[in-house]
Amino acid sequence: MLALIAIDWFPLWLSLRVAAIATTGVLTLGTLVSYLLSHKCFRGKHLLDSLITLPLVLPPTVLGYYLLVIAGRASPFGHVYEAVFGQPLVFTWQAAVVAAFLHSAPIYIKAATAVLETVDYRFEWAAQSLGASEWRTFWLVTLPLAWRGLSSLAALSFARGLGDFGVTIMLAGNIPGRTQTLSVAIYDAVESGDGTLARVLVVVVSALALALLWPAGYLSRKTRPATAA
Amino acid sequence: MSVDARLIKRLPAVADATSFELNVHLRAEAGITAIFGPSGAGKTLILNCLGGFARPDEGRILVNDHLFFDAAAHVHLPPRERRCGYIFQDHALFPHMTIRENLRFAAASRAPANGRLNRRRRINDLLEAFELTDLAARKPMQLSGGQKQRAALARTLVNEPRLLLLDEPARGLDPRLREGFYDVLRRTRDQLLIPILLVTHDLEECFELADSICLIENGRFTQTGPRDVVFKRPASTDIARALGIYNILPAEIEALDPGRDTSRLTVFEFKLDGPYLPGRLIGDHGYLCVPISEFRIVPNDSQPAANRLSLRLTGQIPSSRGVRLQFEHGVAATASESEYRAIQGSDRLTLEIPRSVIYFVGK
Repeated sequence: MLALIAIDWFPLWLSLRVAAIATTGVLTLGTLVSYLLSHKCFRGKHLLDSLITLPLVLPPTVLGYYLLVIAGRASPFGHVYEAVFGQPLVFTWQAAVVAAFLHSAPIYIKAATAVLETVDYRFEWAAQSLGASEWRTFWLVTLPLAWRGLSSLAALSFARGLGDFGVTIMLAGNIPGRTQTLSVAIYDAVESGDGTLARVLVVVVSALALALLWPAGYLSRKTRPATAA
Repeated sequence: MSVDARLIKRLPAVADATSFELNVHLRAEAGITAIFGPSGAGKTLILNCLGGFARPDEGRILVNDHLFFDAAAHVHLPPRERRCGYIFQDHALFPHMTIRENLRFAAASRAPANGRLNRRRRINDLLEAFELTDLAARKPMQLSGGQKQRAALARTLVNEPRLLLLDEPARGLDPRLREGFYDVLRRTRDQLLIPILLVTHDLEECFELADSICLIENGRFTQTGPRDVVFKRPASTDIARALGIYNILPAEIEALDPGRDTSRLTVFEFKLDGPYLPGRLIGDHGYLCVPISEFRIVPNDSQPAANRLSLRLTGQIPSSRGVRLQFEHGVAATASESEYRAIQGSDRLTLEIPRSVIYFVGK
């Protein structure tokens, strides 16, 4: 019991914070992209789709490497970021947010596109024929009709955001008390032989994941909107 | 109030479907214009083009002198600026909003034009006019089919549309609810004086509602005009066959007398007197299109008279309108229950065709 009190809970709070911010980003940016993919036809749509799938397909360390090249201290982006924020992106907890975002965004976008496609286009046409703008139609018609499916995906995204390892460790590093997220802490504990810490953290993560799966499942079970009898 | 739409749209062949071309010139005035034809003829595509949801390849759409679309001038008004009320099959009432909220959505979508108070008054007026006041707080799922139809119609009328587009609105409604909806639609037509385009493949609906009709087949209009003209004077036997309400009898013109406005025709081995047929010559071969309902069954033992055919009965089918009798040469007639009982047992019947319904078609 004493061992529990002595455990450093920082990785848990950090992971929760990182996942929360990343999920917010996924829900806003991701839903926008999903809307474009489900409702619009444009040149480069397939390219966009491939780019979105890429983080799912590339090994995490490869993805991490690319990100280091693009956003590292020596890169143009890195210089701008450091000038604006006073510190580099790499090896900070903000980098963990980027990693978590890339870890959950592709799946969210793919699944959310499918959810938005199930909203009967006639509701949207009806809204437009009544004079509603595209934004009004999306906000008051499409989104409410899709919210169950999207909420379920939000829960799943949060769960995924908790769990990235490969990209996180390459981009944010493993700095205890600064950038050591839950999965990185578990890896560290196992490597250094601290079985107790590893066990505790694993149980916590598992419990969190299960706790998130329950609402996700509940919401997705009633995804179909009530249709006319 | 009128619609003038020239629409050409080509859909290329894909997978299992052949290519399709819509090529129509639609003209409609205030009142109900039915677009009648089989599935796949292009009826819904016409509505979608008018509503702004499909973009024709060529053509022009003019509604009350507002230019909705002009291919050559690259004008394409988006749906939300056209002020067309569109009622889709299955109503498309927003299921997550109450009826009142549905109407409020419509009213608020044109916010700048209406003040809050005016909006509420307009919504209440419409709810009352369509007998929906008690149902206003319910969601569409809690309404019957007919109530949903009324609500959908009320919602389209909130913003005073220039044009109403109805896509098989009564489909799936049982007969009693249909009648109720037809009444509402007729009242709307009488009060609003805007063009109402009704897509349907239900002949009865056309008969009941349409002021004028456009018959469409495979992307083209085969005949258009006032309802009575189209239904009494089909332009070809193909059209007559598609309408399904005619007996089509091969006929030859034996005599014509413009002075006395008569003609004499031979149908099978029988002689018929008809009205004068302008533009025809003696000896012309063609067809008589006579509505099945106009054939009168005459007792076999009555005096011989003009315009009677004696045909052998080949079958009978009960229907909601009586008994449908089938004769040789593909002729059909309808008898009431009592008439049928009177003729039971006969295998040959005499049918009379009134002179006034004789209509001759060349091909």
